[in-house]
Amino acid sequence: MNCKTTIFPRVTLFCGHYGSGKTNLAVNYALFLREKGLRVSLADIDIVNPYFRSKDSEKELKEKGVGVVSLPFANSSVDLPSLPSEVYGLVQRRDIYAVLDIGGDERGALALGRFAPYIKEENNYDMFFVVNFYRPLTPDAKSALEVMGEIEAACPLRFTGIINNSNLGEITSPEDIEKTAGKAEELSRLSRLPVRYTSVNETLKNTVSAENLFYLKLQKKVF
Amino acid sequence: MSEKVLMKGNEAIAEAAIRAGCRHYFGYPITPQTELAAYMSKRMPKIGGVFLQAESEISAINMVYGVAGSGKRVMTSSSSPGVSLKQEGISYIAGSDLPALIVNVQRGGPGLGGIQPSQSDYFQATKGGGHGDYHLIVLTPASVQEMADLTSLAFDLADKYRVPAMLLADGTTGQMMEPVELPEEKTVSVDKPWAVTGTGMKRKHNIINSLYLQPDELEKMNFERFERYKLIEENEVRYESYLTEDADIVVVAFGIAARVSKNAVNEARRQGIKAGLVRPITVWPFPKKALADLSKTAKGFISVELSMGQMIDDVRLAINCSRPVALCNRAGGMIPSPDEVLDSIKKMQEGI
Repeated sequence: MNCKTTIFPRVTLFCGHYGSGKTNLAVNYALFLREKGLRVSLADIDIVNPYFRSKDSEKELKEKGVGVVSLPFANSSVDLPSLPSEVYGLVQRRDIYAVLDIGGDERGALALGRFAPYIKEENNYDMFFVVNFYRPLTPDAKSALEVMGEIEAACPLRFTGIINNSNLGEITSPEDIEKTAGKAEELSRLSRLPVRYTSVNETLKNTVSAENLFYLKLQKKVF
Repeated sequence: MSEKVLMKGNEAIAEAAIRAGCRHYFGYPITPQTELAAYMSKRMPKIGGVFLQAESEISAINMVYGVAGSGKRVMTSSSSPGVSLKQEGISYIAGSDLPALIVNVQRGGPGLGGIQPSQSDYFQATKGGGHGDYHLIVLTPASVQEMADLTSLAFDLADKYRVPAMLLADGTTGQMMEPVELPEEKTVSVDKPWAVTGTGMKRKHNIINSLYLQPDELEKMNFERFERYKLIEENEVRYESYLTEDADIVVVAFGIAARVSKNAVNEARRQGIKAGLVRPITVWPFPKKALADLSKTAKGFISVELSMGQMIDDVRLAINCSRPVALCNRAGGMIPSPDEVLDSIKKMQEGI
């Protein structure tokens, strides 16, 4: 792992445009913290999308000692966007690292509202804006900034950093990622927030030149 | 072709429709196709198009009927229970000989069913669905790229033959993300002399109608329409053949079931079994001739479906029941695994 950050805030939130890769990052980040020897739990509070969720990786995460909290009906055939009470526990008790996977766009961020006061009060959190510049509605810094603004307007927390998760799925080349560095920097300039990580599939290890690389070990299954 | 982007299947349909010149979308939200409507709601206002969330599926399809009558490219999208609600309007659109696109991102049924992927609306899509004698051109995408390409094709075919077209997808193809090259924006100039666009006091007014109270007149309309269906069956059948040339066992599957089946066919080949795959891309018109030709050399067929077995009837009819046809299926939102399909192939290999 090639990360400059060595001290991790207790709560880490992953937000962004839907399909930007939030869930994948949250799952991998929880695992990353666990590998640093920290006690960590991942909570899936995506109330928007009932398909492809962090619960898909529950077995692997639990085997590695990461706690998983998901919606009572996640991955069932019940489309009921309710929030599990355990999330309160995770947010309120301060003896465990919490990674929160938030639903896409401002609609997903709405779910954060009820937990935000606790997170704000403790004031020991990172809220990452995950962006994939290959997504058609966030092709540049300006459109990504718009989504950032919409999310912040929907929840009382402020972003603390950007994760450039630009990729084209399985066919991503190192150049595809490097090409987006300029856009990430522009977003950083416009939002006055640092690009905290550039996330890369582990299969591309040592092929991408970027600062603060974050390697993604677990990938969602594709048919 | 433009640069590659990473898209969800549902978004790819929306963007491809816009690039095919569609500026009118009417719908009502339902999982698992909601991203399509969400995408349209963001894009349409920026390009002078119409996104309208109707008060119900029934009103949405009748808005489609109205715009289709004016000759503009128009679409609606829904998932299984919502598409059932649209059937009356679809029958009226077919009965009025209008082009339009209806997207069904299928989920498990019957009834409210579930929200996970399914292919159990096959009968509804290919055999009519609503009342009366009619067909839709039904296209079945198996990748995000095809979600885009077949959307574009569906609009073209609908205009060409003056029939409504349906994109029959499923929850998985709608939700999964893959790189896609979007088709270039095209300017559509299809001559539609039948459209209701105002006479300018220069011609007799056009009437869009499906009501013919004289039975001989209505019969004539039906006969004429079926002449067009015949042309479609002759000219618009599309399918993919994979390793079928020397195949003893031919797997037939569309959409997500075809992706799973391809993996199974590859594994069967590794194990020395001569398996192949026919993937219908149009399920109406169905690739009857391709299967009939294969039945001369193949020893058996397997229909792989996310339903209780619907397409299997068309497979049997296509080969005139001349070979055994087995069913490998899951239902209710479940997807067969490549191993399940492989087991089916092995079982047939032993039996023939």
